[in-house]
Amino acid sequence: MFTRRLFLGAISAAALLASGFSAAAQDKMYIALISKGFQHQFWQAVKAGADKAAAELGVEVTFEGPDNETMVDRQIDMLSAALAKKPAAIGFAALDSQAAIPLLKQADEAGIPIIAFDSGVDSDIPKATAATDNLAAAALAADKMAELIGGSGKVAVVAHDQTSRTGIDRVEGFQKQVEEKYPDIEIVTVQYGGGDHLKSTEITKSILQANPDLKGIFGANEGSAIGVVNGVREMNRTDVVVIGYDSGAQQKQAIKDGLMAGAITQNPVGIGYETVKAAVAAAKGEPVQKEIDTGFYYYDKNNMDDPEIAAVLYD
Amino acid sequence: MSTAEAAPRPGLAARLFATGAHQRLLAFASLIILLVGFSLASPNFMQMSNIIAILQATSVNGVLAVAATLVIITGGIDLSVGTLMTFCAVIAGVVLTYWGMPLPLGILAAIAAGALCGLTSGTFIAKMKIPPFIATLGMMLMLKGLSLVISGTRPIYFNDTPGFTEIASGSLIGAAIPALPIPNGVLILFLVAIGASYILGRTVLGRYTFALGSNEEAVRLSGVNVDAWKMAVYALAGGICGIAGLLIASRLNSAQPALGLGYELEAIAAVVIGGTSLAGGRGTILGTLIGALIMSVLTNGLRILSVTQEWQTVVTGAIIILAVYIDMMRRRRTV
Repeated sequence: MFTRRLFLGAISAAALLASGFSAAAQDKMYIALISKGFQHQFWQAVKAGADKAAAELGVEVTFEGPDNETMVDRQIDMLSAALAKKPAAIGFAALDSQAAIPLLKQADEAGIPIIAFDSGVDSDIPKATAATDNLAAAALAADKMAELIGGSGKVAVVAHDQTSRTGIDRVEGFQKQVEEKYPDIEIVTVQYGGGDHLKSTEITKSILQANPDLKGIFGANEGSAIGVVNGVREMNRTDVVVIGYDSGAQQKQAIKDGLMAGAITQNPVGIGYETVKAAVAAAKGEPVQKEIDTGFYYYDKNNMDDPEIAAVLYD
Repeated sequence: MSTAEAAPRPGLAARLFATGAHQRLLAFASLIILLVGFSLASPNFMQMSNIIAILQATSVNGVLAVAATLVIITGGIDLSVGTLMTFCAVIAGVVLTYWGMPLPLGILAAIAAGALCGLTSGTFIAKMKIPPFIATLGMMLMLKGLSLVISGTRPIYFNDTPGFTEIASGSLIGAAIPALPIPNGVLILFLVAIGASYILGRTVLGRYTFALGSNEEAVRLSGVNVDAWKMAVYALAGGICGIAGLLIASRLNSAQPALGLGYELEAIAAVVIGGTSLAGGRGTILGTLIGALIMSVLTNGLRILSVTQEWQTVVTGAIIILAVYIDMMRRRRTV
C-alpha cells in the first residue's frame, strides 16, 4: 500500500506547492500570451521581450504556444484555459484566425481585451495588432539593394508564397519602393518557392540562367533566402548581391562568408514587448494604437555583432 | 513489496488487488485527487466553463484513445490514429466543401474512409504479416502525405455547411437543460465509449479481441479465422478515428491537413494510464476514458496554475511512468 500513500502524498505536495504559486500571483495584473509556437528561437525571443515589459510594468505574464504551428486545436485549448484564469488581457498570435473566433468573442463578452501579435486576426475584436510592418521592411531591403548595385540594373525576387500576408506584403513593399524611387532598376521576375530551400534553389538557378546580367536577388523569407544563396553558389555567380529576410544559423553564416550582403530582421523582442505594453494599457482602459509597428533592422557583416542587433537575431 | 508479504493479509485491499478493478479505482482516485488539488490551488479551476473546456479538450484524444484501446487489447498497436483522424477530416472537407454534398454524406464518408484505412492496416498486419508497429508507422506517414496532397496543403473550411460546427461545438444537452451546456463533442465521446464497451463486453468481436491479445495461437488452433477478426478490429478502430476526424474538423470549422502527428502518442498514453496492458489481452474502455481525462485535467490544471510549459511536459511524462509503475506493481502482486 505504500505506493498509494506515496502517490497521494506527492499529489498533495504538488497541490500545496501550486497553491503557493497562485497565491503569490494574485496581487499583480495578469496577462496571458498565447503564441504560435514556443520552442522555436523566434518565439523565445518574443517571450524575452514580453518578460522584459512585464518586469518594467510590474505585471505577471505567462507565455504559451503549441509544439508546432500545425496544432491549431491545442492553441484553442490554451486559449480557453487562459480565459478560465480571468486575465486582465490576452495577447494572441492566431495560427488560424477563423478557428479562434468563437473564443475571441467569448473573451470580448467577458470584457477581456485581446491584443493580436505577430500576425493579425480577421476580426475587429482585437484592440490592437503588434506586428512587423512588412511593407516598410521590404522597402528598406529595396533601398539597400539599390545602394549595393549602384542604383541601376536588373534584380529578381524569390518569395515564399502569394497567399500569406507576409508573402504579399514583402513582395509588394519591395516592388513599390523600386518603382517609386529607382527608375533605373528593373525587377525582371518574382518567383515563389514556398519557402522551401531546395525549390528556391532551383528557381534561383533558372533565374540566373535566363538573366546572365542579373545584379541582385531578394529572398523574402528565411527558406527563400537560403535557397537564393545556394543557387548563386551552385551557379558560381557570387557577384550577385543577395539580400535575405529573418535570421537563422545558415543565413547568419552566409552573411559572415560574404555570400549574402545582408538581411532584414524582424524584432521579435519588440513584438513581445509591445504586445504586453498594449495589453496593460487596454486592460486599464487607456487608448491603444490599432496598428503597432514593432520595428525591424537591416543587418550585415559589420553590425551583426552589435548588442542591439545580436539580441534580435536567432539561430 | 512481494507476493509473500501481501498474502497473509487478505483484506478488502487484497481483494481489490486481486481483481482488475484495482487499477481503474486507482486511476479514478488519482483523477479525483487531481481535481480536488487543483480546485484548492486555484479558484478559477472548478468552474462550469473550465470543466466544459476540459471535457471538450478530452473529446478528440478520448475518441482516439478508445480506438487505440481496441487495437492494443489484441496485442497490436496503431500509430496511425492521429494522421488517420486528419485524413478523415480532409475527406469530410472534400465531400462537403469541394463537392458541396449534404452533411450526412460527409459524415458517412469520413467514417467510411476511416474504416477502410483501418481495414488496410489490418490487411498489412493479418495477411501480409507485417508487424503492427511497422504497418501502422507506414500508414501514419502515407496518410499524413495523402492529407496534404488531397487538400493541396491548405486548410479546407466548412463555411458553406452551416450545421457542421454543431457536431462538436453545438449542445443538445444545453438546449434541453440551459444550465448544463455540455458540447456535443463530449456527448459523442461518451457514446463512442459506451458503444466500444458494449462491443468489447457483449459481442463475439469483443471476445475475440481479448482472445487474440491473450493467446493468438490458441485461438487459431481452435479453428477461428484469426486474420478476419483482426482485420475487423483494425477497421472498427479506423471508423472510430473517422469520428475523431469529424470532431476535430467541426471544432476548428476546418480540416487542417498538417495536423495529426504526435496525437497517436497522447492517445496511447491515455490508454496506458487507464491500465490497458501494451502486451495485450487486458484493458477497459472506462480505464482509457479516465486516462484521457487525467491527461487533460493535468494539462488544464497546470496551465491554470501558470506552471511554465517546460514543466508541464515534465509532469505529464512523470505521470505516465508513475501510472505504468503502479500497474506493474499490481501485476507482480497478482501473479
